[in-house]
Amino acid sequence: MGAQIMSAIPDPADIIAPEGGPDGTARMNMIQAINSAMDVMMARDPDVIVMGEDVGYFGGVFRATAGLQAKYGKTRVFDTPITECGIIGVAVGMGAYGLRPVPEIQFADYIYPALDQLVSEAARLRYRSAGEFTSPITVRSPFGGGIFGGQTHSQSPEGIFTHVSGVKTVIPSTPFDAKGLLIAAIEDNDPTIFFEPKRIYNGPFDGHWDRPTQNWSQHPAGEVPTGYYKIELGKAKIVRPGEALTILAYGTMVHVCQAVIAEAGVDAEIIDLRTLVPLDIEAIEASVRKTGRCMIVHEATRTSGFGSELSALVQERCFYHLEAPIERVTGFDTPYPHSLEWAYFPGPVRIGEALKKVMKD
Amino acid sequence: MASDLPRANLQPLSLYVPEPKFRPGDTVDFTQVAIPPAGEVRRPDTADRAENFIDLAYELVRVLDDEGKAVGPWNPRLSPETLRAMLRSMALVRAFDERMFRAQRQGKTSFYMKCTGEEAVAVAAAFALDYEDMCFPSYRQQGLLIARGWSMVDMMNQIYSNKGDRLQGRQLPIMYSVKEAGFFSISGNLATQYPQAVGWAMASAAKGDTRIAATWCGEGSTAEGDFHSACTFASVYRAPVIFNVVNNQWAISSFSGFAGAESTTFAARAIGYGIAGLRVDGNDALAVYAATAWAAERARTNQGPTLIEHFTYRVEGHSTSDDPGQYRSAGEATAWPLGDPITRLKDHLIALGEWDEARHAAQDVELAEQVKKAQKEAEQNGILGHGLHQPLDTLFDGVFEEMPWHLREQQAQMLAEETASGRPWARKS
Repeated sequence: MGAQIMSAIPDPADIIAPEGGPDGTARMNMIQAINSAMDVMMARDPDVIVMGEDVGYFGGVFRATAGLQAKYGKTRVFDTPITECGIIGVAVGMGAYGLRPVPEIQFADYIYPALDQLVSEAARLRYRSAGEFTSPITVRSPFGGGIFGGQTHSQSPEGIFTHVSGVKTVIPSTPFDAKGLLIAAIEDNDPTIFFEPKRIYNGPFDGHWDRPTQNWSQHPAGEVPTGYYKIELGKAKIVRPGEALTILAYGTMVHVCQAVIAEAGVDAEIIDLRTLVPLDIEAIEASVRKTGRCMIVHEATRTSGFGSELSALVQERCFYHLEAPIERVTGFDTPYPHSLEWAYFPGPVRIGEALKKVMKD
Repeated sequence: MASDLPRANLQPLSLYVPEPKFRPGDTVDFTQVAIPPAGEVRRPDTADRAENFIDLAYELVRVLDDEGKAVGPWNPRLSPETLRAMLRSMALVRAFDERMFRAQRQGKTSFYMKCTGEEAVAVAAAFALDYEDMCFPSYRQQGLLIARGWSMVDMMNQIYSNKGDRLQGRQLPIMYSVKEAGFFSISGNLATQYPQAVGWAMASAAKGDTRIAATWCGEGSTAEGDFHSACTFASVYRAPVIFNVVNNQWAISSFSGFAGAESTTFAARAIGYGIAGLRVDGNDALAVYAATAWAAERARTNQGPTLIEHFTYRVEGHSTSDDPGQYRSAGEATAWPLGDPITRLKDHLIALGEWDEARHAAQDVELAEQVKKAQKEAEQNGILGHGLHQPLDTLFDGVFEEMPWHLREQQAQMLAEETASGRPWARKS
């Protein structure tokens, strides 16, 4: 347990901060860290604006934008009509003007009406205009299940976006990473989908829904610099070094995997991908070559999920180092159920079974 | 489970499917199209609230009458110089279209789209807007670039995807992007530019800028969700934006009835959103100019958005890939009751004593020569299919600002394959 927590401490090499370093730290949950990222960026750059359903006066249904409208005014932080297509289309136009919009889609499950604007417009504008126009947009959206959200508040649609050329996909797993990655995404001149694992907004989740929940106050990565810093996009993080196998995960599943490994007593190397596109292929290759075994864990549905891409990449690049077939642990190819949520969720039981398989022989 | 049989005491339902009035071979009679006399529609003050002139969404703003006189409150009273400049731009657009259509037929490019009969919609708007105002066009507003004086050679380079193409051969012909001329990158996806124009306009307002945005779509694409999202956003934030709906009666082979034209006008879409709506004779350059100038003044004085329906007719096919003879009567274009926009403006100038047929004919010859000269120059940069005009490796540029490893890897793979194949395609270095 001790080694596990130690390894979750932010690596100073991750932090890109101005000279003199961040001004100090505070305990934050993931919501507060995300709020702080937007606050820092709005203070630094007058072109950063925040918009979305209920994000203004109210501060968002998850409170991620609380206090920002009072601080930066209604023309920089505002509520929008309930039209995701409109929110992203307007953000593309604002980006073309020269602003740096940070639109919120209230739940990832509601992002589909905006798909055309994201896939055909934001993601391709730089290419199709040969750089005349760009889309420096960061789309924040809570995703994932485990909160009894039913099929319309639980989905993990990251694989839809990783399939699209021209858009980056980022998923943090701690408050520290959430703030640093969000700042990097906002500063990035390309469109970024920033999926926030809402199950771990308040604390890391070990996958045991029937046990008491933890909060970030006891977790080292809940200690977050109050000022500016960023974590480079496209860099994975080894959250637990190990020799026996490589586990590739992101978001909530990073914590579930850590708990499973600790209970099973397996010396796994757990890699938190943090950015799916661009992917940190070097970290993955180095780890699998060392361990010879690979397990991929995500909550999203299985077929054509991002795990399929990871599995293909590991097979292509590390085949001769593999000692066992790659294991994929995922949600099922069903809608996210309500009452059977914990049967759907790839929790300790399913991960544990896959672990036995990949460690056999 | 529903019964297989209708309930005997109830009349069975029937599904209505619209059908255009005329199909190939039919004699065209447009007498049912209501064309009110020019000059009759009132012109509200630009500060008036939209709810006070909802009737204008059902009228037809017309300035040029049948004798070529400019009449009524919408007459923009333009100088003869401006009128002649507008006429020249419209005639240049038509000459450009003719030449590029032919270039496609000669196999010099893959695709072209004419705007014949709709020249006034884009050209007169460009004259009414400020050069700094931002346009979010659809694919039939080449008149904006021509009227803003943009280089035809540059446009043709794009059409040919040649080595002078500012878009590096990445876009379908005519999907221009010219930031310098306030012309946003055209998308092939319909009406996506609508909310983008609103976003640009909102940004301009939020920054205390003075520039406004204008956008165009066809009547067919008003059915897209983007159109309605844009109207809602524009209404809510009173965005300084002008929505233009070019009602040219046809969306490829679907007549305007499939976008709802049998039930109401497209200008009337504005009413539900509480934004100003105008319905304008799109073949009357002065009416288009006046409506655009009026809408621009509203936008510039924080009165919010205006939706203008331009009632016009698509004289040619949808594109070079379309044969309208397959689905509509060939007689429609000549029978169109609002005439030809170039002829009407020409007749007006002649009626004013500021132009004559001989000068017009001479101008047509001059413009055709100008286009031909531009074409020759553009073709020195190559035509589509004759060699590779962009270095191979540029295929991967601009997906992201910085190329990530997976694209670098795919690029290296492509270059290695091409080298092995012996195909003599150029590299950047």
